[in-house]
Amino acid sequence: MARINLDVNGKVHTIDADPDMPLLYALRNDIGLNNPHFGCGLAQCGACTVHLNGQAIRSCVTPVSAIGTGKVVTLAGLGTPEKPHPIQKAYVEEQVPQCGYCINGWVMTAAALLNEKKKPTDAEINNALTGLKCRCGTHMNIVRAVKRASEMMG
Amino acid sequence: MTKMENPANFSRRSLLKTGGALVVSIGAPIALDTVLGIDAAHAQASGTKPPLTPDQLSTFIAVNGDGSVSAFFGKMDMGQGLFAAIGQIVAEELDVPFKTVKVLMGDTATSVNQGGASGSTGVQLGGKQMRVAAAEARRVLVEMASQRLSIPADQLTVTDGVVHAKADPSKKASYAELIGGRYFNVPLEWNKELGNTLYAPGKAKPKDPKDYKIVGKPLPREDIAPIVYAQTDFCTDVKRPGMLHARMIRPPVAGSTPVKVDEASIQDIPGAKVYLEKGFLAVYAENEWNAIKASQKLKVEWSNVQPSFVEQVALYDHIRKTPPRKHQDEGKQVGNVEEAFRTAARVVEAEYEWPFQSHASMGPACALVEIQDGNVTCWTGSQKPHFVQNGISRTIDVPLDKVHVVWVVGPGSYGRSDADDAAMDAAVLAKVTGRPVRVQYTRDQGTGWDPKGPASIHRARAALDAQGNIVAYEFVSKGFSRVDVNTNGSQPHDTLAGHFRGIALKSGDNFGIPGESYEFANKKTYWETIPPLLDRASPLRSSHLRDPVGPQIHFASESFMDEIASTIGVDPLELRLRYVKDARDIALLKAVAEKANWQSRPSPRRDQTGNKVSGRGIAYSQRNGTRVAIVAEIEVDRTTGKISVRKFTVAHDCGQIINPAGLKHTIEGNMIQGMSRTIWEETKFDTKNVTSIDWMSYPILDITERPAEIDIVLIDRPNVAPSGAGEPSMRPLSAAIANAIFDATGVRIRRVPFTPESVRQAMS
Repeated sequence: MARINLDVNGKVHTIDADPDMPLLYALRNDIGLNNPHFGCGLAQCGACTVHLNGQAIRSCVTPVSAIGTGKVVTLAGLGTPEKPHPIQKAYVEEQVPQCGYCINGWVMTAAALLNEKKKPTDAEINNALTGLKCRCGTHMNIVRAVKRASEMMG
Repeated sequence: MTKMENPANFSRRSLLKTGGALVVSIGAPIALDTVLGIDAAHAQASGTKPPLTPDQLSTFIAVNGDGSVSAFFGKMDMGQGLFAAIGQIVAEELDVPFKTVKVLMGDTATSVNQGGASGSTGVQLGGKQMRVAAAEARRVLVEMASQRLSIPADQLTVTDGVVHAKADPSKKASYAELIGGRYFNVPLEWNKELGNTLYAPGKAKPKDPKDYKIVGKPLPREDIAPIVYAQTDFCTDVKRPGMLHARMIRPPVAGSTPVKVDEASIQDIPGAKVYLEKGFLAVYAENEWNAIKASQKLKVEWSNVQPSFVEQVALYDHIRKTPPRKHQDEGKQVGNVEEAFRTAARVVEAEYEWPFQSHASMGPACALVEIQDGNVTCWTGSQKPHFVQNGISRTIDVPLDKVHVVWVVGPGSYGRSDADDAAMDAAVLAKVTGRPVRVQYTRDQGTGWDPKGPASIHRARAALDAQGNIVAYEFVSKGFSRVDVNTNGSQPHDTLAGHFRGIALKSGDNFGIPGESYEFANKKTYWETIPPLLDRASPLRSSHLRDPVGPQIHFASESFMDEIASTIGVDPLELRLRYVKDARDIALLKAVAEKANWQSRPSPRRDQTGNKVSGRGIAYSQRNGTRVAIVAEIEVDRTTGKISVRKFTVAHDCGQIINPAGLKHTIEGNMIQGMSRTIWEETKFDTKNVTSIDWMSYPILDITERPAEIDIVLIDRPNVAPSGAGEPSMRPLSAAIANAIFDATGVRIRRVPFTPESVRQAMS
């Protein structure tokens, strides 16, 4: 066990944890953020995606000891109904989710892409999102939302 | 207001403003208006509540103190927009604003068993019941207003939850004033059935569809924003004080059981413990990561059993050769098929194959069970919580009325998934530990050990006369049963907790036949089922996977129509129109052809050279009243075997449309999931176990493989009772793609999935 400081959504939390424990469990159980979700534990689906210093990472395979002083942002920290990230606003407007369990992967990955580049090409969108999973099959809606968010970002 | 109330935080009483009045029981609620006056007869005094039975209006509808409406629904929204659709139906019949209706779903304490999510009947059957209940509530409220205002009921109308005189809107009484905070005390005429077929109308006649203001509108789902802003708790997110985390240990060889469990192997993991009961093996700990580590480190010696499964390459031969356990003629058998084949000028025959497939939900199943003072509460993502209530009662031997099951949205659900198993596992562990227990499966268990869509073969043959007319048609499916384990977890013999704890499997038999309206002079359709490969806890037990056996059957039957068409050199649409007799089917086929700009010609095309070739295919089917026709326009890379979809055109007729926006999203999801099952999905196994256990070994359609376009034609029939939409559009999809591949390449593919490798092989 080790004492670990984690900067999550702009607030530093101190937890006692096995250094090998994936960040996912620190976020869910120690810090009490129910997003992100466990999907595979293998970095194959994206349901656990968070930002680390603005980059989308899979928290299910990232040891909590590897975060250091990095800034972690979860879906809850990305935006709020009052101050949404454009991809969140677009997700609501396009009515994207069906079950919604996969949402962290798509929204956090798309947000990282759009923060980097407001007007990604279709190829760049595909390149960023490939490998993420949505079992309900909302693929068409997801891409519509990314494009709508891109338009909002001007 | 929102359509989505977190069921975990919900108790019915908290919704209703109680006035602290003396509780008055007024006895049997039959025809009391003649004795007590309308108000007392229709509304219970504050705080008291008629029993939660289907013959009570209060079971379905309540008007709260602020005039808002709660609708209690015994089915569930699996992400296809039922919160909105049911809210629209209730708001429409009650004449209240859509936003004032809350739909509360799937809590056994607040809803009766309307079948759960089942067979795309959320609107078709569930909505039918909510419609008549809401209509009855409006009728009663108008009667109460009539008495209060001393105006005959026929001179009253309702606007936004306020009953008023048609002639003078100032003479009015709001729903809140009339009954707000009290329960309806109105009997319904229940047909005495539970589940999908439950129906309990009142005296009221629902509205004429021409008067609809809310039904038919593309209103947005209000449960989406909370998901997007991380405010929705899923079943994986429910926590209880003192909760233990558990992980199940499944055998490496299906059928084997633990012989020796080395508890010392996890002794250095804080708080980690083992529970073993016959074949039921779990580890648990206070800390989730410790439970996970324990599940990975626990040393188990397993019994040496003879591997149960056939080699995968021998699967279809196994199905072919195994004597059927059950033979069932189904559908209208017409004429004398054998005689017609004897005298046929020509016979067309083909056989098709479909693999086992997994639910492969986004997350493996998770459930939490807590037992306090003999009262059991289960939070589950199961799409049939009322059946889970029965299952828990039987599995851990507690009275049914001591079990409360709360549905909380789960990680995707497309039929009889692993959710019911997880609920039973959690119940067993909560009972033996005396603590709340949260069980979450691992990815390999979610994909490896979930009940599978059954593998099957399908044989079709048609007899043609000298002019190329179809004079006889025979279609048979043979495969594993769709109810090897039943479609819900209400019986211990249908769940892993039951099997591993020694309850014998009771494998049932059911399959199905094509849904279409082809009329031939001689026609025979039937199915045969074979026993499961393993007669106990099995990762290849088969059950319902979205549109159960529909994709299998119609891949075969609608591919076969194209095979006949190409044999006689007729355009595939034209051939269908010769034999389809149902007027809605004909309209549907014409609508999809027109939208897709279908050009009449036989398949295949023979005008293409080069590596990339394109083709188009059509297929159609019926499903419990709903009709779907699809035109697929695809491209095949002859070098790689990769299929790209340029466009799907879909014509969809499910009768009356409640919410066209939600319907389009549901159709799109169906198309993508159907395309995924067609192109990629196959449960892999060896003789010992399932080997497709994650997203690498069980790939699904990637976002980069999405169709370039999906064009949907909705055929609205306001005066035809709505039928289902959650599943039908994946039904004809595989055949539409297969027919397009044939059109492009001249190669007929008769086995799913159409992976690049299999397409390449077929073309070589």
